[in-house]
Amino acid sequence: MVAEKPSKKLFSVTLRVWRQPGPAAPGKFVEYPAANVNPDMSFLELLDVVNDGLTVKGEEPIAFAHDCREGICGTCSCTINGKPHGPGHGIATCQLYMRSFQDGDVIVVEPFRAKAFPIQRDLVTDRAAFDKIQQAGGFISVRTGAAPDANSIPVPKEDADLAMDAAACIGCGACVAACKNASAMLFVAAKVSHLGLMPQGQPERDRRVLAMVQTMDAAGFGNCTNQYECSAVCPKNITHDFIARLNRDYAKALFRTRFKPVSGAAAGGAG
Amino acid sequence: MAKLESKTPAGPLADKWQRHKTEIKLVNPANKRKYEIIVVGAGLAGSSAAATLAELGYRVKNFVFHDSPRRAHSIAAQGGINAAKNYQNDGDSVHRLFYDTLKGGDYRAREANVHRLAEVSVNIIDQCAAQGVPFAREYGGLLANRSFGGAQVSRTFYARGQTGQQLLLGAYSALSRMVGQGGVELHTNSEMLDLVVVDGHAKGIIVRDLITGAITRHSADAVVLATGGYGNVFNLSTYARQSNATAIWRAYKRGACLANPCYTQIHPTCIPVSGDYQSKLTLMSESLRNDGRIWVPKKKEDAKKNPADIAEADRDYYLERIYPSFGNLAPRDVSSRAAMRMCEEGRGVGETGLGVYLDFSDAIKRLGEPAVRERYGNLFDIYHEITAENAYQTPMRIFPAVHYTMGGLWVDYNLMSNIPGLFVLGEANFSDHGANRLGASALMQGLADGYFVIPYTIGDYLAGQKPGAKTLTDRAEFTQAEQNVTAMTQRFLSNKGKQPVSHYHKRLGKIMWEHCGMARTRAGLEAALQKIPALRAEFWADVLVPGSADTLNQSLEQAGRVADFIELGELLCRDALTREESCGGHFREEYQHPDGECKRDDEKFGHVAAWEYQGEGQTPLRNTEPLNYEFTKMSVRSYK
Repeated sequence: MVAEKPSKKLFSVTLRVWRQPGPAAPGKFVEYPAANVNPDMSFLELLDVVNDGLTVKGEEPIAFAHDCREGICGTCSCTINGKPHGPGHGIATCQLYMRSFQDGDVIVVEPFRAKAFPIQRDLVTDRAAFDKIQQAGGFISVRTGAAPDANSIPVPKEDADLAMDAAACIGCGACVAACKNASAMLFVAAKVSHLGLMPQGQPERDRRVLAMVQTMDAAGFGNCTNQYECSAVCPKNITHDFIARLNRDYAKALFRTRFKPVSGAAAGGAG
Repeated sequence: MAKLESKTPAGPLADKWQRHKTEIKLVNPANKRKYEIIVVGAGLAGSSAAATLAELGYRVKNFVFHDSPRRAHSIAAQGGINAAKNYQNDGDSVHRLFYDTLKGGDYRAREANVHRLAEVSVNIIDQCAAQGVPFAREYGGLLANRSFGGAQVSRTFYARGQTGQQLLLGAYSALSRMVGQGGVELHTNSEMLDLVVVDGHAKGIIVRDLITGAITRHSADAVVLATGGYGNVFNLSTYARQSNATAIWRAYKRGACLANPCYTQIHPTCIPVSGDYQSKLTLMSESLRNDGRIWVPKKKEDAKKNPADIAEADRDYYLERIYPSFGNLAPRDVSSRAAMRMCEEGRGVGETGLGVYLDFSDAIKRLGEPAVRERYGNLFDIYHEITAENAYQTPMRIFPAVHYTMGGLWVDYNLMSNIPGLFVLGEANFSDHGANRLGASALMQGLADGYFVIPYTIGDYLAGQKPGAKTLTDRAEFTQAEQNVTAMTQRFLSNKGKQPVSHYHKRLGKIMWEHCGMARTRAGLEAALQKIPALRAEFWADVLVPGSADTLNQSLEQAGRVADFIELGELLCRDALTREESCGGHFREEYQHPDGECKRDDEKFGHVAAWEYQGEGQTPLRNTEPLNYEFTKMSVRSYK
């Protein structure tokens, strides 16, 4: 029970971590024993402790991406025991606690792997491709100061709620890392659905989906083959239903462009 | 001595901003593209500023140390954003929002700035809604509101418990649009390590590419810092692990004044520290105090007992006892200090003894578990994730933690620092929250500065400058600044010390929390001012930074940030020592009313303290800017 927590039972694990000195250098797994693991530690706190130990020994610590440590910034990105963000459900790596493991466990830690996410060092990957997709069309064009009164555009509550479900995406890339095709469809679907569900997003609807999909393809992400590994690992539980919306939007936009040119530079090529 | 002119426009309070906008100089559209502006940071203030300045036609370079602008810590704000829309028809107005914010800040902010903030709050909601931010809605499709602390009206707009995330993604989408159109040149993984001042004007920055280690020079006609707060000076806080003060601290060392660093906000309801390995504290929304009852055991010897085994008669519901009229909803600072006193008496609970109970058993009895789950389910889930405890069955343990800093670089009404051409936005400046920030006001200020203030005021400065700072990077000032950065890097890497950077950050945090945390005393602050310089000397002698300068080296990044925190911590304590009064987030035990409330001294301290760097090893200069209250009376803040 609770306040009665005597000292927690500490335990030992072995981390088998992907070490790669730079983008072009070959990488390999290296084992690090970790003793006195407190079950209340987060997994990233264990990495902090291991890193301090390496530093004191004169070795270079393990590079890993992290920031908010509360599951919202989307920076942390480890594949743990083969699963992006590790064994939990609906959490990011930073929300994984050591009580999920047992004494003697060997924990395999790798970066998110995908062609479009080149490894920069150890567990850190370059996810700039996501920003590129957003820059191509993940927005509603509204100049600052040009907006009408907020209540002049009513949004049905159901639509706003569903848009919010999609907008909860933290852009971590777990969906890509989990997919055997390294597809970014769940990520793109979340943004396209969020903006497509809002009345404000209608004028640019066709242009947006075409431009984002085209940029996604150009960045080297694969296609969706409906395995739904993406939604299974999503730290925000974003459903693959949004991929169906994306496909529908894309098909409609493509069809409409046969009859009516879509304005904007990126529109033409998506077919 | 720095010249601190607030440049507050004359005239009636409600007309100042409108009038100022029509009187300040403009840059014509064709000339705007000749000016380059550097924006550092991409949180709410930085990304909204970068996007808007680019829309106006300026050439913008945006630098962020994150791998994407969307990662900035604005993303973690939960509760909401205030705006004087009066959509609830409950009597809200611009003046009321102004008054609540000014009073909430314990009368230590500038009247004119706060009024402008309240005025533009309504435009922010319009802008964000138009961007597609999925705000909470009523069934009729109109925007919903919730109530927040320090206000008697319902004016907080929200998107579930992720308002910061949604507003940031809105600003990020505006920024992305301008990056796509070529209006903003985006530099990710790029950390500003020095400010370059040429002929007295801010003209550029020195940047380290965090992936390749390359050091580069960037010049511009103006530099905008929107780099957030410095709460990680305490090591443990609700800030993101990488949030740092390096940009503002290095600007300070180039002559920008740092105002009111001692104003730090400590939030009463966070999950307590569990061990030495801890890297971060997690906030539990203060809305929990609506239904939870806070208590500790009456007897010390019960502190380690299972709470279920402590009889009702042996429990001390101390907030209800000490503050009968406010009870569990006592203001943030009062609740935080009370919790600390209970723990000091040895009645704190949990393994470390630094915690108090937040108990929902009465609420569950009264409302039923489903109703409690409906209201607070997500928070109970977060609590369970972190502590593995079920708060429906056993009380939560909570403890206060640092989560916002009201102090920051000094700016005038135009958000320009005392270095011409250096502008500072959002939490990085000191301007709008006085000594204490109200809930749901941080998001408002970040977006006000970025969307609706800087786009006007920067033109007033640029119109007086000849465009074309491009050619400046060969100047000696840039060379000197770059050498400065390189020398620091080399010093770290060649230092054959024994302790990792984190060792010093933890020790600094302990000194700060013990002597300059929730309650401060002369003796404690004087002790801190002895301990911190000693820690600083030890840090430079014995810090161990492995690796090299030309790769991704997170130890090196942290070393520079902690070096700055150590210096800033000293200044924070010095500011706290010299401010001989209590106000908002600065509580000096010597200055309190009999009921434990802050005792201000408006006569002696009704001013802004803006510290000016005097060189290595020299005591900084304390400049003051008087706060002239023309329209409001500085009165005793009371929520009873």
